Amino acid sequence: MNIAVREAPTAQQLRVVDCDIHPVYRTPAELHPFMSARWREHMATFGTHFRHGLHGQLPYPRMMAAGMRMDAFPEDGPPGSDIELMRRQHLDANGVEFGMLIALSRGGMEERNLDFGAALSSAINDWQLECWVKKEPRLRAAIVVPQENADDAVREIEKRASDPAFVQVMISPRSSDPLGHRRYWPIYAAAERCGKPLALHVAGYSGGHPSTGSGWPTYYIQEHYAMSTGMQNTLASLVFEGVLERFPKLKVVMIEGGFAWLPALTWRMDKHWERMRAETPHLKRSPSEYVRERVWFTTQPIEEPENPEHLADIMEWIGWDRLMFSTDYPHWDFDDPRQVFKTRLTDEQKTKIFRDNAKALYGLQ
Amino acid sequence: MSRQVVAHASEVAPGSCKIVVARGRDIGLFNIGGEFFALSNRCPHKGAELCRGMIVGLAQSSLPGEYHLSRPGEFIRCPWHGWEFDIRTGQSWCDPKSVRARQFQVRVESGSQLLKGPYLAETFQVSLEENYLVIDL
Amino acid sequence: MKVPLHDAIDCDLHPALPGVPALLPYLDEFWADQLANRHIDQLPFTLSSYPPSSPLSSRPDWRVASGAPAADLGAIRRNVLGRFGVGCAICNPLHGALALFNDDMAAALCSAVNDWMARELLDHEPRLRASILVPGQSPDLAVREIERVAPDRRFVQVLLLAMGETPLGRRAHWPIYAAAEKHQLTIGIHAGSTYRVAPTYSGWTSYRVEDYVAQSAAFETQLLSLVAEGVFQKFPRLKVVLIESGFTWLPTWLWRTSKTWRGVRAEVPWIDRSPAEIVREHVRFTLQPIDAPRAEPEILLRTLEHMGSDRLLLFSTDYPHWQFDADDVLPDGLPENTIGKILRDNPRDTYPRLGAAPALGESPGTGEKEAR
Repeated sequence: MNIAVREAPTAQQLRVVDCDIHPVYRTPAELHPFMSARWREHMATFGTHFRHGLHGQLPYPRMMAAGMRMDAFPEDGPPGSDIELMRRQHLDANGVEFGMLIALSRGGMEERNLDFGAALSSAINDWQLECWVKKEPRLRAAIVVPQENADDAVREIEKRASDPAFVQVMISPRSSDPLGHRRYWPIYAAAERCGKPLALHVAGYSGGHPSTGSGWPTYYIQEHYAMSTGMQNTLASLVFEGVLERFPKLKVVMIEGGFAWLPALTWRMDKHWERMRAETPHLKRSPSEYVRERVWFTTQPIEEPENPEHLADIMEWIGWDRLMFSTDYPHWDFDDPRQVFKTRLTDEQKTKIFRDNAKALYGLQ
Repeated sequence: MSRQVVAHASEVAPGSCKIVVARGRDIGLFNIGGEFFALSNRCPHKGAELCRGMIVGLAQSSLPGEYHLSRPGEFIRCPWHGWEFDIRTGQSWCDPKSVRARQFQVRVESGSQLLKGPYLAETFQVSLEENYLVIDL
Repeated sequence: MKVPLHDAIDCDLHPALPGVPALLPYLDEFWADQLANRHIDQLPFTLSSYPPSSPLSSRPDWRVASGAPAADLGAIRRNVLGRFGVGCAICNPLHGALALFNDDMAAALCSAVNDWMARELLDHEPRLRASILVPGQSPDLAVREIERVAPDRRFVQVLLLAMGETPLGRRAHWPIYAAAEKHQLTIGIHAGSTYRVAPTYSGWTSYRVEDYVAQSAAFETQLLSLVAEGVFQKFPRLKVVLIESGFTWLPTWLWRTSKTWRGVRAEVPWIDRSPAEIVREHVRFTLQPIDAPRAEPEILLRTLEHMGSDRLLLFSTDYPHWQFDADDVLPDGLPENTIGKILRDNPRDTYPRLGAAPALGESPGTGEKEAR
């Protein structure tokens, strides 16, 4: 039989903080005002230089529209490039009070030419400010950094440290070394100093390693899944390398990596750490204690168990204050705030997840 | 039940979709080889604008490495999560709750034996009357 | 949970494997000569995943005076078969030959280990069964060994390591699955890595505990490789066991994979039903390690419910690896009929070559054995 979709709150009734929105430039020329002639020429001549066999294209092709929503194309340009459409289709329509920008396009995260990476990062950060945050007061930016070169990354963080438009420091967890590795520690010191959390957002381009730890997968369905196992590895690295111990005020947000895997991972980390403690004497507390106190997770893509109540168990185990709503607009596998929770939640739980947890973490008024 | 003229047939070219509004409902009109179909523009999964997705054929396979396309242009893939719906019937494909026979053979000609899900996109009767498309609501 | 259990089937036991000198009689003339004169017979062939002194590799009270794990036949009889009331145990040989790059040498050593197990363990203890050790990185040689050993029905499984150079679902591995399916051998994927690539998607971890924790993520991606590549469509009678993999990650895997599959179905159109259904039919998980807080048994019970089937778990001690203390081999609070399934029914269903566990002292009849 035909199934009618149940009625849901109007935009006026919804008030959400969306912790994952992807702005995109219409063309690379949008970055030109923020780049020197030297780097404009480099970009035009050589372009980006990533650890993949294809230029400017992911080696695991997406299913539709390069991974975008087909209904999010503006008149001119790719999805996410038109602020008017973003306002109309998303911010206004979905009651978004605040939106956290995660700028993925050709940032400094994966660029092998480290100097170019630094220039790109700075340009993307200026672009976020001028083209997005200044035009739309609901939006906030994340500091993109050339993460594989800690010195330049620290410089970029310090440049933006006192600007409240930037609420977090963005790092790709798909790095060249696991993120807990000490060569990234100066970045964490700088983030901790300026009081901004780390935002770890899944990335398609790699730091040079196969996505599985056992070689390169064949299909996109596998590559998509590896985003969640990669996040797990990353979290374990931050814990076991002692990052969360060494930087006691540092907070971490794990974006678009899923969250239902977290309880099982913390149980596993605790169990095996307990037995092998002598190997990591720098840890003063159990892995789960660090995670419980310092790590947050965005909700999209939300897991959809056959029995929706099972997800409530997971959320209970993680903690209702640890989850933050996100949509991933304008990518496919979008979560609409009206439809996202099939699990029965109390109003208080919804309010925390939809906005209060994010407001508290990011200091949003 | 009311009947409403929603478009001229020429506005819905073969292989395309036109979204119209009828009695406050968003409806997608489809033309498959001269036959017309109408689907609610609201995906029963999570409420996306279903009819703004991609019109596709049905990919089938009986063994890894073999690929067959059947029923070209007769399915719509939702723009949000990529679920496939049969334009003719609104039937979604792929649902883990469905029961299937153990010895399942996929025959490439017809789509009828594929795994059906309980999700149905809402369909509407549409008829062609002197070059005008009329919907029963 | 009180021990001894009643005729439990232990699906993950690690007998101590001999040094190369004890394998020389099981090698042909060429290899026996070469390994000796190249002094390879002085090398320990220990997998990096299980350094002998690491707490993981052996529980402290399961070590001999020298510190080595106590896993000779006597110790197995005392500490596992007798102590836990195990009626049948499957030996999973973790041998360093798997990590060699010379496939021929690896294959020769694997054969020698298999023959040694048959002679020195299975011939002396009718309650033991074994997995066939094969050079998984070379499917042709692996198949050759499977065909050679399969007539001995005390071998019930083909052993592969969880982390190698290419994901296990890839078609290059399919001859192994074909041979296993043909002989009703289960495929056992066991924790451990040959470290051909970095163990995580961002590179090389620093600590062993990290590597061990990362094994569960590796199992997740291997399981998806098998499903996505259509291994269970191509080999519909194949059964796979994930060994020492943990299992509390499974519900999330089932949920996420099934959801994603609906949207990307056309990429892998041979998948004819939900990945959750495929796994519940074809894949099993050994019990140890139980990655759940022991002090909160209701968490494990809820997780078992999330898994959606009581046919998935196979009893194991993982002896002598340190996964539990004292006699706490089974978690608290499990319903009685679930216990029976874990201890006996599920293993019987998963290993068709197991047959009835013979009474003590009886030999089960082994078919042709190729003498070296």
